[in-house]
Amino acid sequence: MKGFHSYRLRSRAAMAQWGLVAVFIVLAGTFFRLQVIQYQRFQLRAEDNRVRSVPLMAPRGPILDRDGRIIAENVPGFAVKFLARSEDSLRAVLARVQDIIHLDSLHLERVVQRYRRARHLPALLTADGSFEMISQLEEHRALLPGMVIESEPKRHYPHGAALAHVVGYVGEVNEDDLATGRFPGARLGTMVGRGGLEEEYDAVLRGLPGVRFIEVSAIGRLVREAGVAPTLLPTGGQPLRTTIDIDLQVFIDSLWRVRHPGRRGALVALGPDGEVRASYSAPTYDPNLFIGGISESEWRLMVSDPSKPLFNRAIQARYPPASPFKLAVAAMGLKRGIVTPGSYMPQPCRGGLRLGNRFFRCWKREGHGRLDLTGAIRESCDVYFYQLGARLGLNAILEDGLAMGFRERSGVDLQSEARSIYPYSTAYFDQVYGPRGWTAQGAEFNMAIGQGDNAQTLMNMVKFYQALAGDGWLDAPYLVQRRSDARHDLGLTPSQLEALRKAMVEVVETGTAVRSRRSDLAIAGKTGTAQNSHGADHGWFIGFAPADDPQIIVGAIMEFAEHGSRVAPFVADVISRYVLGPDAVEQRRFLMPADSAPRAVQIDPQASVDPNPSPPADSTYPVIPFVAPFPLP
Amino acid sequence: MKTRPIRSGGLDRQLIVSTIALIAFGLAILYSAGQTDVVSAAYGVWKRQLVWLGIGSVAAIVAFRISPRILEWLAPGAYGFALFLLVLVLATGTGAGTAAGSKSWLSVAGVHLGQPAELAKLAVILMLARYLSGLRDPPGTLRELIVPSLIAGVPFFLVLQQPDLGSALVFIGILFAMLFWSGVRLSLLFLFVSPVVSLLLAFQTNAWGLWMIFLLVFLLVLRPYVFEGIVVFVVNAVMGAILIPVWQRLAPYQQNRLLIFLNPETDPTGAGYHSIQSKVAIGSGGWLGQGYLQGPQKRLAFLPEQHTDFIFPIVGEELGFVGVFVALMLFLALLLVLLRIARRAIDPFASLVAFGVLGLLFTHVFENVGMTVNLMPITGIPLPFFSYGGSFFLTSIIGIGLALRVAWDSRFAGYVDV
Repeated sequence: MKGFHSYRLRSRAAMAQWGLVAVFIVLAGTFFRLQVIQYQRFQLRAEDNRVRSVPLMAPRGPILDRDGRIIAENVPGFAVKFLARSEDSLRAVLARVQDIIHLDSLHLERVVQRYRRARHLPALLTADGSFEMISQLEEHRALLPGMVIESEPKRHYPHGAALAHVVGYVGEVNEDDLATGRFPGARLGTMVGRGGLEEEYDAVLRGLPGVRFIEVSAIGRLVREAGVAPTLLPTGGQPLRTTIDIDLQVFIDSLWRVRHPGRRGALVALGPDGEVRASYSAPTYDPNLFIGGISESEWRLMVSDPSKPLFNRAIQARYPPASPFKLAVAAMGLKRGIVTPGSYMPQPCRGGLRLGNRFFRCWKREGHGRLDLTGAIRESCDVYFYQLGARLGLNAILEDGLAMGFRERSGVDLQSEARSIYPYSTAYFDQVYGPRGWTAQGAEFNMAIGQGDNAQTLMNMVKFYQALAGDGWLDAPYLVQRRSDARHDLGLTPSQLEALRKAMVEVVETGTAVRSRRSDLAIAGKTGTAQNSHGADHGWFIGFAPADDPQIIVGAIMEFAEHGSRVAPFVADVISRYVLGPDAVEQRRFLMPADSAPRAVQIDPQASVDPNPSPPADSTYPVIPFVAPFPLP
Repeated sequence: MKTRPIRSGGLDRQLIVSTIALIAFGLAILYSAGQTDVVSAAYGVWKRQLVWLGIGSVAAIVAFRISPRILEWLAPGAYGFALFLLVLVLATGTGAGTAAGSKSWLSVAGVHLGQPAELAKLAVILMLARYLSGLRDPPGTLRELIVPSLIAGVPFFLVLQQPDLGSALVFIGILFAMLFWSGVRLSLLFLFVSPVVSLLLAFQTNAWGLWMIFLLVFLLVLRPYVFEGIVVFVVNAVMGAILIPVWQRLAPYQQNRLLIFLNPETDPTGAGYHSIQSKVAIGSGGWLGQGYLQGPQKRLAFLPEQHTDFIFPIVGEELGFVGVFVALMLFLALLLVLLRIARRAIDPFASLVAFGVLGLLFTHVFENVGMTVNLMPITGIPLPFFSYGGSFFLTSIIGIGLALRVAWDSRFAGYVDV
């Protein structure tokens, strides 16, 4: 064949030779580019491929009461997480998990959602696995590639519902929080405080998370843990010492459940310096339910409950202050020199007062007759205060009310406190009712007895009484530390304060709260009945004891209680329990409602004392050590 | 004149040394492919490859002992037998291994005997060599290319039906290599492939328009037979027009592979996964690699099919650019030795057989290595002497045996390099 003459072969061979060399140069060049020039990039990519970082949760700092007893602590819990390469593979693994332990589909959907938000992080199945669940999963580990079981500190509230509103609970940070930067330093998966002290002092309690590096195979199966990269240990949060008295708080909780089961309301107890000794809101809930993620159905139930258990009635609910506000009006009159404790008003009480074509009733139809200021407080005579209000004038009532902080928050160091409602000036009435829709005298009368456009949080009212019980200065209540050291003077002289306290002692000795009188303790206080357009009236009582040297100021509101005299005995018992000790309140077996406790509970003064002695508050709180629950492969 | 005994050097030492070096290198990498931290199908396959090495060595010696004249005589029979097997495998074939979804395996009573497509590659080489060497002149017109095209085209279409695009393309590679070596002008080969170029360019209308103008000018300058010129032009035009229907007829996985080849990042965990993981493994090797047996991507099974189609990334990851370069140089050396053998062969048939083997190995090396760095689309064909697999190993080593015979025959030919 002609094509194979030597000279023709030679040129083709040369062509083929150079062609081959060229192709191999191109190949080698491509490898050079990948392996030498782009080495860094692919090296990183390879690390990304096989190394996963698993965040290690920092143990939150414990929350302690005034004596260092534990309100919130950490117990070891097991978190189950899954590393997955794709959503499909995650779903496949979850389907197998379904066969081993039962999980509702909503829960699984949330796991997948969480995975979508951060694919490089292990998706959390549960932060609070029971021991049985963990052992079952561990048994089937071979079927569950990418499963990571971590020992994580889990929040525990030993007193549960008794302190729910004060302490709050913890939950995983959500996208809104991250977008608004509400929790600086929090990342997806971080547990942050929700409500109460947990949220307010989140930065103190949270600590710094650590990170552990593990190596995974192509299908996301954990291959080895050690030696990939050094583990960064988490730093635990700081302990938080509060002013709460656990004994008192638990006592209030159990007493409320027994005496007023199902009653909505709140109680606040302040120390003489404004320190919060107890703060209770009913109905309450168990914050432990939130740990490890509350189930959807439980959450729905809680949110749709008409009694709103999550609502902290001590600081978020506003009630007409009613008769307890008469002390504020009396203080205004005394401060301005309009009345003295012995002053009488022109009109004696005949069951009401006519103003133009309207008749303003006193609560007592038959009338109180002639009363001085002390007597009017004792009997809570409306007619006296109508006249005092008229004498003060609306401008003075508004001006002094603002100065006494009735249009402000109490300033307690808790999240989402509601601001009290109080008119800022007469322009308020013009705005709301129109210039001809109201009269100054009608407003004066209403404001004088704590009704009308006046709604106070319980905390703010108790704060006012704390000033009356003390040196006449308003201090912000606090649980850990005051938000501000600013003080406001009520403008009363010590003798005027003394006179008001004396009047309040009479309220309990012979007045509207006489049923709460104790021979062994001088309790001062003021009842109140807030008119409620939605149903039965709300009952108030705010009191303190001992009257001459107050150690505790306790205020309570009970919704639909009809009269303050029903609240007074309850508050008096709380005060006695605190001042006189556990023996002061009759020791008896309270039968708890069947749905809240299975057996009769003894109100035992030592009940709330933790069986494990808590460490001294100033010593370093021990950080829960991380120990893997199982030898991991 | 005294004939020298075989033992004393009549064998082509360069061919033997480069082949043995590649086999040793390949076995070492295949062993490494099985050393993983997770359960892997690649574990222990190197031992089975050793068995194939034994069988292959015997086959190579047998091939070496057969005279090219007998091979030439055998070619039509072998070709016919290969076609028969390809048809048989379409009717009864089963999938296995990396080609689990296709019907490429011939099996009797559930035992996989082998892949007839591999045998067909050798048969096509022999048949093409016989046909082309029998011509008086190398094919000079498109018409004269019809017969060799059919010789490669029939098995091409049969293998395509399995479906196994990668193996089918090897027949095209062999065809072009052997046409080139028989002396077909490059311009004619260009006209021959122009419809395929037209097909690919039809994705972009502008480029396709330019291509048609260029083709017209080319035809006017080259002046082939008028009829052939018209046919080439018309076929180009038709190819451009039928692109869309053809595209739609492709199986989705084939469409995907082509699309992913253009941009692997579009689907990093799905179809682009192979390409990306392969590049990551190679790229993380750097100059010297992570060390033999130590590659983390391989150990954690991020490399897909790391003992068959994607074995070369292990070289990249564990031995770095240096290892890759050595492997590539060994392949280049082997191919250049085959080129030399083809050039010095004493008759056209032997020369074409040697060059056919060259074309076969080159197509495999270029496609396999190229796809690991995204230079070529992923078609899943093995790398000679590296990838695990009996049939292809036999094909490669028999090819080497044939080339060894060609070299043996030309040892006293008194070849003068002019």
